[in-house]
Amino acid sequence: MSKPDLIIHDEKDNVGVVVIETTKKGQKCSAWIMENDKTVNVTSSNDVPLGHKIALEDLKAGDTIFKYGHDIGKVIKEIKKGEHVHVHNVKTKKW
Amino acid sequence: MGIPKSFLGYKRENGRAGTRNHVIILPVDDISNACAEAVANNIKGTIALPHSYGRLQFGADLELHFRTMIGTGRNPNVAAVIVIGIEPKWTKKIVDGIAETGKPVEGFHIERSGDIQTIMKASKKAQEFSMWASEKQREECPLSDLWISVKCGESDTTSGLASNPTVGNLMDKLEPLGVHLCFGETSELTGAEQVCAKRGATPEAQKKFMNTWSAYNDFILKEATDDLSESQPTAGNIAGGLTTIEEKAFGNFQKIGTRKFIDVLEPAEEPKKGKGLYFMDTSSAAAECVTLQAAGGFNIHLFPTGQGNIIGNPIEPVVKLTANPLTAKLMSEHVDCDVSKILSREMNLDQAGDKLIETTLKVANGRLTCAEALGHREFVMTKLYRSA
Repeated sequence: MSKPDLIIHDEKDNVGVVVIETTKKGQKCSAWIMENDKTVNVTSSNDVPLGHKIALEDLKAGDTIFKYGHDIGKVIKEIKKGEHVHVHNVKTKKW
Repeated sequence: MGIPKSFLGYKRENGRAGTRNHVIILPVDDISNACAEAVANNIKGTIALPHSYGRLQFGADLELHFRTMIGTGRNPNVAAVIVIGIEPKWTKKIVDGIAETGKPVEGFHIERSGDIQTIMKASKKAQEFSMWASEKQREECPLSDLWISVKCGESDTTSGLASNPTVGNLMDKLEPLGVHLCFGETSELTGAEQVCAKRGATPEAQKKFMNTWSAYNDFILKEATDDLSESQPTAGNIAGGLTTIEEKAFGNFQKIGTRKFIDVLEPAEEPKKGKGLYFMDTSSAAAECVTLQAAGGFNIHLFPTGQGNIIGNPIEPVVKLTANPLTAKLMSEHVDCDVSKILSREMNLDQAGDKLIETTLKVANGRLTCAEALGHREFVMTKLYRSA
């Protein structure tokens, strides 16, 4: 059981959470999916700090971000696979 | 892990058990704080609980004030109470509410005698209570005497990944043993409200939850001058990687594990449907939420944090856990239970849940929490609207 760089809650999720101090631009990251115990790989396009999210697929404005297998907000600016996902490109659907 | 069947607590007159043995000096209102603090300063083994309200409140807001005051005094972590108010009527109302438990309580009012006379009389009684309480011994109490409340704060994504699920694991293990459990944070379930409502054990509980959440959400939308992005998530949440209220809500919701809630409580309301999980309508601000849960009668609190919330409560010990390795390292004096090894997969959730149960029982048996050792006593009343 190796130490993951990212953890993904649910197979349905399109983002993973960085669980090391930071990823480096161009770093190949192993991402552990908690729900089914599988591991996938994604290359980090930015330096992304602990606790922040990385896109697992290409996303366009209007797409929904899934985490915990649930809708957690909408994409407001195109995001490429491997890019940092946060308040600069995702917004709540609530307020 | 074999879960112990008992802990060492203080048995109270009404059959409940405390994890602490406080003698409190409770001011009815803001202007009685000075008196209450003077008494607590005079008499060792007592603590004053100053706060900002209690004058010219009315309606539901006043009811909540009384419920919080009386509930705080009734909490089994409190051995005896001195109540001090400016006038006799509201003082007596609080004394009477606390006296129902059978514990020693006495009220004093300041009008017509002044601070100094009141401090003298109340100090004499406080000395008697403090020395009486100091004779109390911890006795073996069944685990079901634990009433555990939970609330997370300064959350980040590690909360939803690991520390909140650790609390959920503890709930899954302890609920069958007959403990009372309570979660709250109405506004921080926004985005997960439908999923949360489905966890109501009965259609009534589900409906009550949705009514409570909708009322809170309507209020927020009515009062909001911007889109609330500054408050929910907070700047600390965002720094920790949380992007939206929905993301925060689903993380928050991990704290109840796979449990179902049997009833929805008003703020500071004591549960009346027996053992099991309750939802309490509370603010998501840490000190307000824990103050309300303590007033509901909960005797030990579990507080997962991501970025490092430092809250404590004067009567309910607050056990802090974190899964954020940086917080565990940089703020270690605030962390009672470090579960950061979950993120590196050196610890699984089952092990983390066991570790938290072990910590919780140590604290229930008397070990000081970090917040207690550091002197955190945040007692914050929830106010519903302006006073008259």
